Amino acid sequence: MSKPLVFEKPLGMRDTLPHLYEIKSISRTAMETIVRQWGYRFMQTPTVEYYDTVGEASATLDQQLFKLLDQEGKTLVLRPDMTAPIARVAASSLKDEPLPMRIAYAAHVFRAQEQEGGRPAEFEQFGVELIGDGTTSADAEVIALMIETLKAVGLNNFQVAVGHLGYVDALFKEILGTDQRTETLKRFLYEKNYVGYRQHVKELPLSSIDQKRLLDFLQLRGGTAGLEQAEELITSTRAYEALEELQTLRDGLAAYGVSDLVSLDLTLVSHMTYYTGVVFEGYAPELGSPISNGGRYDTLLSKFDMDTKATGFGIHLDHLIEAVHPREEKTFTHCIVYSEKQRKDAIAFCQKLRGQGETAVLQDIKGIENLDGFTEKFSNVTYYLGKEEGVSK
Amino acid sequence: MTSTKLTIAMPKGRIFEEAVQMLREADYALPPEFEDSRKLIIDIEEEDLRFILAKPMDVPTYVEHGVADVGIAGKDVMLEEKRNVYEVLDLGISRCHLAVAGLPGTELDSVAPKIASKYPNVASSYFRSQGRQVEIIKLNGSIELAPMIGLADRIVDIVSTGRTLKENGLVETEKIMEITSRFIVNPVSYRVKANRIDEMVNRLEKVIEGKEVVR
Repeated sequence: MSKPLVFEKPLGMRDTLPHLYEIKSISRTAMETIVRQWGYRFMQTPTVEYYDTVGEASATLDQQLFKLLDQEGKTLVLRPDMTAPIARVAASSLKDEPLPMRIAYAAHVFRAQEQEGGRPAEFEQFGVELIGDGTTSADAEVIALMIETLKAVGLNNFQVAVGHLGYVDALFKEILGTDQRTETLKRFLYEKNYVGYRQHVKELPLSSIDQKRLLDFLQLRGGTAGLEQAEELITSTRAYEALEELQTLRDGLAAYGVSDLVSLDLTLVSHMTYYTGVVFEGYAPELGSPISNGGRYDTLLSKFDMDTKATGFGIHLDHLIEAVHPREEKTFTHCIVYSEKQRKDAIAFCQKLRGQGETAVLQDIKGIENLDGFTEKFSNVTYYLGKEEGVSK
Repeated sequence: MTSTKLTIAMPKGRIFEEAVQMLREADYALPPEFEDSRKLIIDIEEEDLRFILAKPMDVPTYVEHGVADVGIAGKDVMLEEKRNVYEVLDLGISRCHLAVAGLPGTELDSVAPKIASKYPNVASSYFRSQGRQVEIIKLNGSIELAPMIGLADRIVDIVSTGRTLKENGLVETEKIMEITSRFIVNPVSYRVKANRIDEMVNRLEKVIEGKEVVR
């Protein structure tokens, strides 16, 4: 291994240059405004957490965690998501707050790249958590808010797929009988291996009707999939309950006026154990990865000794910006170039401009090597040189 | 409105012709000169399709990053690369198998067994699943050389007819698994372009079913 060269950064780490910073900042502000209007309050948590608490509870794969040791030899992680840290806070410092609690965040999270570059290992996530509300209205609120937040940044062409892990679990359980068999089959879905799923189903000692139910399940996605088809496959109360929730959710989303962007996708299994009910992902057509995702995680809080339900979403800000290409609004910047003798007037003029809310750069001419090159990027330049009064370019 | 054009990542080489043949059987009108072209990107306007021609090992990478919506890749490549893509169909073409091979009458070194392969991840996880720890040496081709000149005790590679092994005096010692080509799909495209992809899957499925009846 060679020593890093001065310009190099660790794999997956990226700089945010001024231009992009500006764009991000504008987008973030637009999203914050919406989320605040919906009554969510922003908070921050530390960048570093304990591996045994937050690291363990997070939905991120172990090999994607950045780990380090503290002086006592305890393992720490760079936070891989914000949901687990917020759950920790909700269950400790905020545990006496009345529920439901509405929390929002905009923070950098860290996920190590396993093999290669091409994806950031540190990225900004923007999201909300609605803690202490187990109703389907909460799921609808979170999805509707996510849609409104994405629109606020100027994203109009996108889709949200909604699934329900309660349905998947109940369907598999009623056909397969044991948790272990359910998990084995669910893993094929999670790994997106439909060929393996079909092979596995065909090898199971099941009646041809049950096999067909499991194979038909894979069709419950895309534009045409409806709750009616989903209902044909099930018999258990748990599965019906899940479908009823989806029905209520659909009505809720219709009331918010966002139904046209949402489609049903019961094959969506974004994590093996983390999510417990409604799950969803947002997609922009030109992007290879989801721009946002979320769902109900009713067992996470109990890992922090708080017995309550919760749901939330996270938006991948970089993906969002890639999908929207928002333009940087040209800010009018005034430049005042002065020589020592006129410094006092120059500063006074500059302060006047800034007082009026303008952006103004103050520059001693002696500090400039290439005057044309320097002044080129400003909208307006005023010179305070020699003995004369300031002259505008 | 979203463009409906579907981009397909095709593997160059051995699988290519079989894959093209299969698409033709599924009634995709690909021009006769399709196979002879040296272009890396071929647009078929009539079908609203774009083909990109990639190294077989790279097909899942293009699909994972979403620059191709769908692709055709061997199961061997899928196992080696472990990409985040949907494996939707077993096309049943380019049949072969993954195997362990070596010089006849030789044993694995008892201290540090060495395995040469183009598939380091597959080789490593196979021996681990057998409860054996081995050292993997990654090679990019002509894997058969390794045991012949003493670089490794065994190789892990795909075997189709077994001719290459035989001509080089090697024998298959263990069969790892059957390999066929798979139809793979990017997770976002799978939803955003669901209609077009489902149609392609259905048409390909019919071809596969037809072949199974014949066999």
